[in-house]
Amino acid sequence: MSEPTSETVLEMAGVRKAFGANVVLSGVDLTVDRGECVVLIGASGSGKSTLLRCANLLETVDDGVITFEGEDITDPRVNGDEVRSRMGLVFQSYNLFPHLSVLGNVTLALRKVHGVSSAEADQRGLAMLDRVGLAEKSKARPDDLSGGQQQRVAIARALVANPRLMLLDEVTSALDPELVGEVLDLLSDLKSEGVTMVLNTHEMGFARDVADTVCFLHDGVVHETGTPAQVIGDPQQERTRAFLSRIRA
Amino acid sequence: MSRSAVDGWRPSAVQLERESYRRRQTVRSAAIAAASTLVVLGVVGGLVVSSPGWERVHETYFDAGKAVDSFPAVLAGLWMNVKIMVISAVAIVVVSLTIAVMRTTRGPIAFPLRLIGTMYVDVFRGLPLLLVIFLLGFGGPALDLSGLPRSALFWGCASLVLSYSAYVAEVFRAGIESVHTSQRLAGRALGLTYAQTLRHVVLPQAWRRVLPALMNDLVSLQKDSGLIAVLGTVIDAIRAAQIETAKDFNYTPYVVAGFLFICLTVPMARLTDWFARKQGFHGAGGMM
Ligand SMILES: Nc1ncnc2c1ncn2[C@@H]1O[C@H](COP(=O)(O)OP(=O)(O)OP(=O)(O)O)[C@@H](O)[C@H]1O
Ligand SMILES: [Mg+2]
Repeated sequence: MSEPTSETVLEMAGVRKAFGANVVLSGVDLTVDRGECVVLIGASGSGKSTLLRCANLLETVDDGVITFEGEDITDPRVNGDEVRSRMGLVFQSYNLFPHLSVLGNVTLALRKVHGVSSAEADQRGLAMLDRVGLAEKSKARPDDLSGGQQQRVAIARALVANPRLMLLDEVTSALDPELVGEVLDLLSDLKSEGVTMVLNTHEMGFARDVADTVCFLHDGVVHETGTPAQVIGDPQQERTRAFLSRIRA
Repeated sequence: MSRSAVDGWRPSAVQLERESYRRRQTVRSAAIAAASTLVVLGVVGGLVVSSPGWERVHETYFDAGKAVDSFPAVLAGLWMNVKIMVISAVAIVVVSLTIAVMRTTRGPIAFPLRLIGTMYVDVFRGLPLLLVIFLLGFGGPALDLSGLPRSALFWGCASLVLSYSAYVAEVFRAGIESVHTSQRLAGRALGLTYAQTLRHVVLPQAWRRVLPALMNDLVSLQKDSGLIAVLGTVIDAIRAAQIETAKDFNYTPYVVAGFLFICLTVPMARLTDWFARKQGFHGAGGMM
């Protein structure tokens, strides 16, 4: 196993996760370097969401080691809340807080976790909303926004505390086709700003454009990995080819 | 009266006609409602007044002079009910929220908390309120606990708080559990702790959903505050009516007390209805 460089943000080694008899991840190895964008692809139920939740410590792994910024975060003595505060996770179904305004959603963690004063949190929150093109919606309730707008707020909420790693779980799959573009454009911008990301997607075209590395998840392991040109353009493994032809059909 | 919108919109003739038709309909409905109510009340009233025992009932329950005489005492008693209700309500919210949070904790470490919470709810939901008032109202002062008052008022309120908290805790628990798990996950993913997620994400949503049910319990508490009268030494509206009645065995003071209780609870009930309706349109209920 190669020695992780100081530029390695996240490293998973032999990660296993089962729900009862259902072994979802049986030994996942994955490395994410600073500024890199890793895209996970794989069939429905292959464990892409589970992998992200394990990386975020929302699920406890059954075996293996996850190293985040040089620290073994699977050690039970590690404070999971503190680890999560250095990552940003965006959900497929946005999961915005309906009782808070858009700005309230974006600033909650700054105020309550990062100890930022309300005034400064509002200022940073507004700047972040401006960044995702929603400054004028800061006072609105999440329920009054379109799906694409809600997802952009969710990304702003995850991004505002400058996480070292962004985890994005199929952030466009709940959106109407005409709203997908606005979210993908935002992710492309983040990528060019050097934000380190791991994301799941079914949008192969987008994966090709934005990914530095594509990982095909199958049978609980990373079955094939490489540049988008290799994995999507010229897959070597039979399973990868089968998967890609299925979703293109 | 001319209407105009920012974009210079003026209602068309068709729209104006529709609106005037709706206004006419509203007036007509109100007139029909008023007429039918008068007829029903007239028939019921006629039946009661023409019944053979009406003469005696009228004398012992609806004596105008007695009503006026006893009114100040009963009203003063009602003020006591209001005070009991307000103080108990505050304590009930604190106790029941604590129990509800205890019952919704997870993990093996919190097992004793869940156990205590469950036992509390089981015991105090099972005991009739009147029994709790008898037991604590007379037994509590006898315990002579240092630091606790020995007054019947204190122990009567304590009975209400203990009994009601068991019910209200269940309302809060249902509210907490109705908040979708994805909301908790989203809170935790931001780095909020379990307690912070509860405080800033789950409880604000739970609270909104259960408020109409809680206000319903408050209306009920308002009436049940009268049960403390059985302790004899707290002069609330019912006890005051009892004292007035004992002077000449005319029961009119009870009717006065009943009337005053209704006057107190009706606005509360309307407020609850209004709030529930408002929630129905703008609540967080249908968002998942
Ligand atoms: N909390 C859980 N309890 C039990 N089983 C679970 C749980 N979460 C996920 N699973 C199971 O783990 C497997 C992988 O689920 P996961 O959500 O990670 O798949 P996925 O690759 O993200 O799929 P999709 O593309 O449909 O989102 C599924 O078989 C699922 O039923
Ligand atoms: Mg998934």
